[in-house]
Amino acid sequence: MISTLKLSLRNLLRYKRRTLLTSLLITLGVVAMLLFVAAAGSFKGVMIGQITDSMLGHLQIHRRGYTASIDNLPLNLNMQPRALEKAAAVLQADPAVAAFSTRIKFGAMFSNYAETTSIRLNGIDSAAEDATAPALRGRIIDGDKTGPLVAPGQILIPELIAKGMKVKVGDTVVLIATNQDGSVNGRNFTIRGILEPVTGPGGRDGYVDIADATELLRMEKQQAMEIAVRLKDLGQAKAVNKRLEAALAELKNKEDKPALELHTWDQLTPFANIANMLDLMTLFIRVMLVAIVLVSVMNVMLMAVYERIREIGTLAAIGTPPSRILGLYVGEGLLLGLLGAALGVAISLTAVAALNIWPLSFPFARQIVVLTPVISFADVATVTALVIGMAVLASLQPAWRASRMDPIVALRHV
Amino acid sequence: MSLVRAERLEKSYRVGEVDVPAIRGVDFNIEAGAFVAFVGPSGSGKSTLLNLVGCLDHPSAGRLTVLDTEVASLSRTAAAAFRGKNLGFVFQDFNLVPVLSAYENIEYPLLMVRHLTPAQRRERVERLLAAVGMTEQADKRPDQLSGGQKQRVAVARALVSEPKLVLADEPTANLDHDTAHRILELMKSMRDTFGTTFVFSTHDPKVMAEAEVTFLLEDGRLLEQNGGAA
Repeated sequence: MISTLKLSLRNLLRYKRRTLLTSLLITLGVVAMLLFVAAAGSFKGVMIGQITDSMLGHLQIHRRGYTASIDNLPLNLNMQPRALEKAAAVLQADPAVAAFSTRIKFGAMFSNYAETTSIRLNGIDSAAEDATAPALRGRIIDGDKTGPLVAPGQILIPELIAKGMKVKVGDTVVLIATNQDGSVNGRNFTIRGILEPVTGPGGRDGYVDIADATELLRMEKQQAMEIAVRLKDLGQAKAVNKRLEAALAELKNKEDKPALELHTWDQLTPFANIANMLDLMTLFIRVMLVAIVLVSVMNVMLMAVYERIREIGTLAAIGTPPSRILGLYVGEGLLLGLLGAALGVAISLTAVAALNIWPLSFPFARQIVVLTPVISFADVATVTALVIGMAVLASLQPAWRASRMDPIVALRHV
Repeated sequence: MSLVRAERLEKSYRVGEVDVPAIRGVDFNIEAGAFVAFVGPSGSGKSTLLNLVGCLDHPSAGRLTVLDTEVASLSRTAAAAFRGKNLGFVFQDFNLVPVLSAYENIEYPLLMVRHLTPAQRRERVERLLAAVGMTEQADKRPDQLSGGQKQRVAVARALVSEPKLVLADEPTANLDHDTAHRILELMKSMRDTFGTTFVFSTHDPKVMAEAEVTFLLEDGRLLEQNGGAA
């Protein structure tokens, strides 16, 4: 085996320039692939982190049918105390759950005494929301970032409304909301801070204390529209979602169906489609890499076989078994793949290290995304295995041809 | 003792719709330790006969026994194994592997065909290098060697696996007369030293004179045998 590989290496070194060019082509493919995976992964990570940590949480619980009409913020599809108690008990018992925040979501009229506009609001418990959406505090672009997110009588408003309504931190505004029964209620709030908008649903919502929301909507008992859940590990979202769904399934509605529905973050935001698109692009780049490796290695190996027909005849004549001749050429493909992959991985790791020292940043929507790409061992292993596998596959046909060559015909070849 | 026995041996090639005979009902016998030449003009069937004896090709008819093995029935892989174990080859164009040194070219059959320990391999290669007078050139690659030196290396390669029979197709055709003579002398001395049977083909009258047994071929027929038992 080692002697076969040694000879394969010697044969590759016989045509140094060709070997170098082919390896460089493979290297280029590997670098493109790994850098794209690293950059796309970083972008995805930043965006997902921003969306889940500043508003969505990792998964959410609603009353069945709520998410279908979430744009209208319906007040009649709220979770009743029994459901909330059950959900809280289940969430507290699950070791994968880090925190959860119960929210009252509603729409209201926002008035600065001169003008009125509509606003989407979340009634929250500051401590629970802080634990569930730890990046929400970071979105406060004007106002004190310390202390509770919102105290009773205070409101956090989105930047768009602050600008449109020409209000600032410390101003008093009026919120007027219609409750479930159709009666209207209103009260004053002090603007505690202005929030930077983020991409996705809820990215332009305001926040008030949950007690204020209960009072404004004249809710007689504790109700909520949403429970946002933060997990200890985002990667476990689907598994935990399934587990919680099973645990909450005993709560039935009048149609004897589960009263609550659970969704992971990716089912709730259109950014999941961008993430899927990035995955699809990664797949395309992988296909391109496969094509590069297949075509370049096969081309080189076909040429190697054609140029060395007499040599193959000699090897066969002196008794080299067909399997060893096959191994000789597959070995060349394997070494080409190994060389290209090793160079590609080394260059990619260096480039990623450089990008972490001098990070790339670019504007995305209204945010500046800073990329800190990371190449995981799994990415390196996958790409290396892919390249080596394709290189071996590409050399199989020429190698098979060489091993099946008639020694007499090969020896006569001019 | 008969090493190679051919009885009514025939070989024809299909060219388009026509069968072209290359060997027509040849009978011969080669004894162990002989120094044999197949001679005749181009197209007489010398190389075809060597290919058949060397298990590189299958006869169309007749019987061919090499080292008590009916070679016509050997599969491709079995034929390769048979060649590796029992036969050595010397080619007109030397056919050394260009990326290997003289030492490595001689060692190659031991690596690819025989499985010996490194010490055993080294001992055999060094013995053969010394026998063909190429110890000083052991590290040189084929492109650094003269034609005669290349053929010496090729002879050593053919002998390294200690075959019972070495087949040489026009081994001196690309060499000048003096070098050709020295190569034949070398082959003879190898035969004397190792007891290996040498069978070669040639159309050069000076070279055929060096053989102890000659088989004269013409148009695929054996016309005459000189020396040896009929």
